[in-house]
Amino acid sequence: MRETKYWTWHMAAGVVILFLLGLHMLIMHLGGITQLFAPHAGEAVSKENSLFRDGKLFFTVTYILLLGVALYHGLYGLRTILFELTLKPGAEKAITIILLIVGLGLFGLGTWAAVTAHSIAIAGARG
Amino acid sequence: MPDSSTVVRQIRFHITRYNPELDRVPYVKTYAIPVREGMTVLEGLHYIKDNMDSSLAWRYSCRMGVCGSCGMLLNGHPTLACNTQILHIADRELTVGPLPNFNIIRDLVPDLTPMFDKHRSVKPFVIRADETEVNEPAGEFYQSPEELEAYLQFTYCIKCGCCMAACPTLATDVRYLGPMPLAAAQRYNVDSRDDGRRARNQVTGAAQGAFRCHYAGECSRACPKGVDPAKAIQHLKRRLVLDYLRLARRKKPCQKLHGPGEGKPLPNIPAAPGKTVPGDSFPNLPERSP
Repeated sequence: MRETKYWTWHMAAGVVILFLLGLHMLIMHLGGITQLFAPHAGEAVSKENSLFRDGKLFFTVTYILLLGVALYHGLYGLRTILFELTLKPGAEKAITIILLIVGLGLFGLGTWAAVTAHSIAIAGARG
Repeated sequence: MPDSSTVVRQIRFHITRYNPELDRVPYVKTYAIPVREGMTVLEGLHYIKDNMDSSLAWRYSCRMGVCGSCGMLLNGHPTLACNTQILHIADRELTVGPLPNFNIIRDLVPDLTPMFDKHRSVKPFVIRADETEVNEPAGEFYQSPEELEAYLQFTYCIKCGCCMAACPTLATDVRYLGPMPLAAAQRYNVDSRDDGRRARNQVTGAAQGAFRCHYAGECSRACPKGVDPAKAIQHLKRRLVLDYLRLARRKKPCQKLHGPGEGKPLPNIPAAPGKTVPGDSFPNLPERSP
């Protein structure tokens, strides 16, 4: 039943990614026109607009959430592809552990980056 | 032997031969046989065995697409030799091989043992708490036509192994349960008399279970009985996820309706006519000598 658990969360992560990527596309490609989450002049990826979003707790949380679900979804998919190679059970276990460590490492790094960007943005806003 | 006046043309059968006691690897041997309209591949093989090469081995029994014994690879497609007419699939040449994804016992005879082992592992039978009633039934279980319809098509499976031979996942991973056992699990999971889904989930939801299926759909295309194992596996996946999330409705298996002859007839159904043959329905037959 462990595989059922992995699969269920893989599917759920896909749905969350769909929603968050939709939001990402909306801001990146329409932000300059609609000024949605990009109140400063210029492109949505300009420094001012990026710092504006980084300063919002909502965005920091969604960055971390997107990072988590994308890592899980992608690494589980990679694991499935690797398992197609008909490996021995020991190798499959090793792959699962390595991917778990890589995933947790990247998640920790990304979370640190998002939290740091949030702190910088808040400090910058306070002057 | 086909009547010479009805022979349409000569077809060359390219047959995979393999005798593990003599051959290191399988090889192909060609036989040209006269084919008449309506002649099946199975009949062609019989013609070869009777007239050209008595050492050719294959498995068959019913000759009418019921027993599932004569599954083989015909022009690259896994299907039954008995209900495939030669002229429907061949113009001049016909390749005949054993089902892929199985070891070869000899020539066209695949070793289906792993398939039946996997089939057994999914507990392909009605499981209920009231075991006595299952083993020694004293009544009938109520099942509506709609409930029957939910699993009926999966009962048509004849375990020929064609779906297993067509499955690309099984081709790369022999541990994968495969379409036939998974469809059999679904057949019992949706049977309203059954209460064994959670027991089967331990097998179908494991690493080599339903989630290894990539939905290539070849199993459904290959099935000579029109069963849709790919659909069964997708339903199985959905139910596994719902069971894991505890969102599946808990439904008690259907209950015993009444004992034989105890049912109340509906008022608008006329009574059965009287006996037309006098005496006992089952007169005593003379005992058979051993």
